[in-house]
Amino acid sequence: MKSLAELQKIKEKMKDKVVLREGTGDIRVVVGMATCGIAAGARPVLNEFVKDVSEEGLSDKVTVSQTGCIGICQYEPVVEVFEAGKDKVTYVKMNSDKAKEVVERHLKGGKVIEEYTIGAYQV
Amino acid sequence: MKELSLNILDITENSVKAGASLTSIIIEEKGTKLTLTIEDDGKGMSEEILRGVTDPFYTTRTTRKVGLGLPLLKLAAEQSGGEMKITSRSIEDDPENHGTKVTAVFYKDSIDFTPLGDVVSTILTLIQGHPDTDFLFRHTIEDSGEKDVSVEMDTRELREALGEDVPLNEYEVIKWIEGYLYEQYSDPEDE
Repeated sequence: MKSLAELQKIKEKMKDKVVLREGTGDIRVVVGMATCGIAAGARPVLNEFVKDVSEEGLSDKVTVSQTGCIGICQYEPVVEVFEAGKDKVTYVKMNSDKAKEVVERHLKGGKVIEEYTIGAYQV
Repeated sequence: MKELSLNILDITENSVKAGASLTSIIIEEKGTKLTLTIEDDGKGMSEEILRGVTDPFYTTRTTRKVGLGLPLLKLAAEQSGGEMKITSRSIEDDPENHGTKVTAVFYKDSIDFTPLGDVVSTILTLIQGHPDTDFLFRHTIEDSGEKDVSVEMDTRELREALGEDVPLNEYEVIKWIEGYLYEQYSDPEDE
């Protein structure tokens, strides 16, 4: 049975980690979570990013957040990746499998997956 | 929307955007009737805006942010034979006691009932995106022909246990909340 005492344990464990994390996070992953995104399947995409970023040990350099309508509803679920000093990458028509790949190849490996970006769809 | 839980996620985002410090999401299932209540203490809406929010074509600049979310929830409720109601008190009209309450009734035996779907995932997504606002979640199932279910979670309690330094959207905390909720769904007697 889970108890609130377990949260206190997490709190103790996090003490050192939290301090370390301040001021880092140079990659930002933003998932569109307005009505259009949610209806198109953004919830599992977001949850996949949250899970994989943490499990791959990328939490120190990658933050995952949610935003409203990005304005290209026909391409939802849309995910934007912001990285200091680089052009923004817009991934479109995402699903959780593609999200997993983006974590592996782009966030971890540093290579943009061109075929999932909006550029590949607009040609 | 394929699942009601996605409508819940969508409508609750409105509450957060309205500056709510606490949003309650209550799902009560009794027999074939499902009542969903989402209530917040956000800035509320004026009567004029309130009149238009369920009309998808009533979209002026000030109400554009309301969009299609409420019309979709209303549609889902009505096509199952139920209804949706929304009441609101704006912060201008009542600075002490403001906020919005959306109540939707669904009938599960209707062929056009949208299944509830993965509510736990919706709750986790809300907490992940808005770690600084509070959510009260309660889900009860009675007279379903199977075991009764009673699930409750209040982020204010979790926040108190965690202290100020650990945000609610820390991954380990999210995982804990997921387990905490699933456990309540599987052992309804064990409060």
